[in-house]
Amino acid sequence: MPAESQPAIAVSRLSKSFGAVRAVAGVDFTVGAGELFGFLGPNGAGKTTIINLLTGLARPDAGTIRVGDIDCTARPRAAQHLLGVVPDESNLYPELSGFDNLCFCAALYGLGKKERQTRAEELLAAFELSGAAARKFAGYSKGMKRRLTIAAGIIHRPAILFLDEPTTGIDVASARRLRQLIAQLNQDGTTIFLTTHYIEEAERLCRRIAFIVEGRIVGCDTVANLLEPEREKYGLLVVCSEGMPAQPGLRNLQDKLAAAFPDLAFTIPAPEQLRVEAAAPIRVAPLVRFLEEAGIEVAEARRLRPTLEDVFVKITGLGREIMGREKEKRGNGG
Amino acid sequence: MKLWIAFWNILGKDLRTYYLKPPNLSWGLIFPLAWGGMFFIKSGSGLGSIAELLPGVVAVSILFGTTSMLAVTVTFEKKNRSFERLLLAPIPFELLMLAKTSGAICFGMLNALVPVLMAALLTDLAGVNWSVFTAAIFLIAVSSTFLGLLIAVAVSEIFEAQTLSNFFRFPMMFLCGLFFPIALLPVPLQAISWLLPLTYGADLLHGTVHGSHRLPLALNLTILALFCLALFTLSLHQIRRRWIA
Ligand SMILES: Nc1ncnc2c1ncn2[C@@H]1O[C@H](COP(=O)(O)OP(=O)(O)OP(=O)(O)O)[C@@H](O)[C@H]1O
Ligand SMILES: [Mg+2]
Repeated sequence: MPAESQPAIAVSRLSKSFGAVRAVAGVDFTVGAGELFGFLGPNGAGKTTIINLLTGLARPDAGTIRVGDIDCTARPRAAQHLLGVVPDESNLYPELSGFDNLCFCAALYGLGKKERQTRAEELLAAFELSGAAARKFAGYSKGMKRRLTIAAGIIHRPAILFLDEPTTGIDVASARRLRQLIAQLNQDGTTIFLTTHYIEEAERLCRRIAFIVEGRIVGCDTVANLLEPEREKYGLLVVCSEGMPAQPGLRNLQDKLAAAFPDLAFTIPAPEQLRVEAAAPIRVAPLVRFLEEAGIEVAEARRLRPTLEDVFVKITGLGREIMGREKEKRGNGG
Repeated sequence: MKLWIAFWNILGKDLRTYYLKPPNLSWGLIFPLAWGGMFFIKSGSGLGSIAELLPGVVAVSILFGTTSMLAVTVTFEKKNRSFERLLLAPIPFELLMLAKTSGAICFGMLNALVPVLMAALLTDLAGVNWSVFTAAIFLIAVSSTFLGLLIAVAVSEIFEAQTLSNFFRFPMMFLCGLFFPIALLPVPLQAISWLLPLTYGADLLHGTVHGSHRLPLALNLTILALFCLALFTLSLHQIRRRWIA
């Protein structure tokens, strides 16, 4: 079979428990060669465990794993020359410099000295760490550590790259640059398996996404297909400048809104915000009038485009607040 | 070729970052000197007793030198997760673990050199069978290292590794015939002695340095080599069972 048509990763009925905890509960999926595939799920969903199973760091209780044409169930370490892994925590050597860390990681994959050094220098430059190349890893900031860990994961130019929450803990600008780099790597032919709990990140980067909750895949499709049913819907976000009541007045307001506008569904995603959904176009004027009469000043009303978050909430039944938002997590590093 | 690049770099990194650091080097020097000095003074029988003491001091230096390092190179790296990098590397697991333990073996053998050089300055060692002596030092270093590995794999904290290795190391100093013959021990303890690899190593050293040994040298060498194999296999099995579970 030609390599093109063969999936890079094919997983079937994969399960793993830790004592009573079922971390992975019978998961099936494939990742095409050259694809950028995202695993999206809340904390404890089983994302890291699946990466560990796929990369040979843990053994499945049941199920099969194939990487390319290699059966990793029978030979768990046989595909390791193809894989690159960026773990969720930085795990480089604290006592080595950034440069030495990269050279060491390249040596583990059998790269010669000249090549190791050239690639290390290139990557340090690409990740804006050239200035810190000679400093010990232990002294790096969190964001610098993250970037060096990613560089270490790609120095041997793996065919398949696993990125476990690559942008967690780094500042917004660094995260953006990192996403550009991930997209570039993928364009250059690297198959990428990425886990994240930032929905926007998955939506922006990945072609296909699996939603994972409590060890199960509850949805898996291309971003376009996942969004399709939501396109039929209409959404509006009303931002109020003052007058929004606190609980229990808020509950009261929601009830009144529901009674006055039975075709619309209301939620309060944040204080001062009202989210409206409907199956037909929403008329803004009566709504604003109603709110102003209730003593609430409306600052803005904007149309909401369907997002993956809507899809996620619908498919998983989880609340919006479960998943992280990058802006809440501005890191100190980088 | 590629595999050896990985092997030498793993070994080289450990040597540079752990073994050749001043605190470890000085420990490697001071420890055998202190033991040698202590027993020398205690025996009170002058320079003539050096040959009798040398095997014990050599063995104890290797035992402590090797086992204390595994807590760092293995337990510490497992704890800070850098060990995962090694497990992900495309190298056979056995070769990886050999690379990870070779540093301790070399360090143990270097530790043995200190009392030997000291003794050579103070007394005449012309009668020593150096080829068997070297083989003995090598096998003692290997078996102690793999014992240390087994301990390092059994625990998850560095202090636990230290405590657990002391649990084995200190009794071994008395049970393995390093400084006084096993025959002086109560019979039940003698039975334990013969279950410990260092007993055979010490017997070898006594045999090569001053000619008194209980088992044929070839038999000692064979048993010691078998211990090395068994301990290595057992450690690898434990790592697979506990860390790649
Ligand atoms: N080594 C382990 N021992 C015991 N339980 C474990 C172990 N590894 C994972 N688990 C459990 O398995 C479940 C899945 O964990 P996992 O780390 O895969 O989640 P995750 O999706 O990566 O979460 P996060 O977003 O927080 O990284 C959790 O309930 C976790 O507590
Ligand atoms: Mg995780």
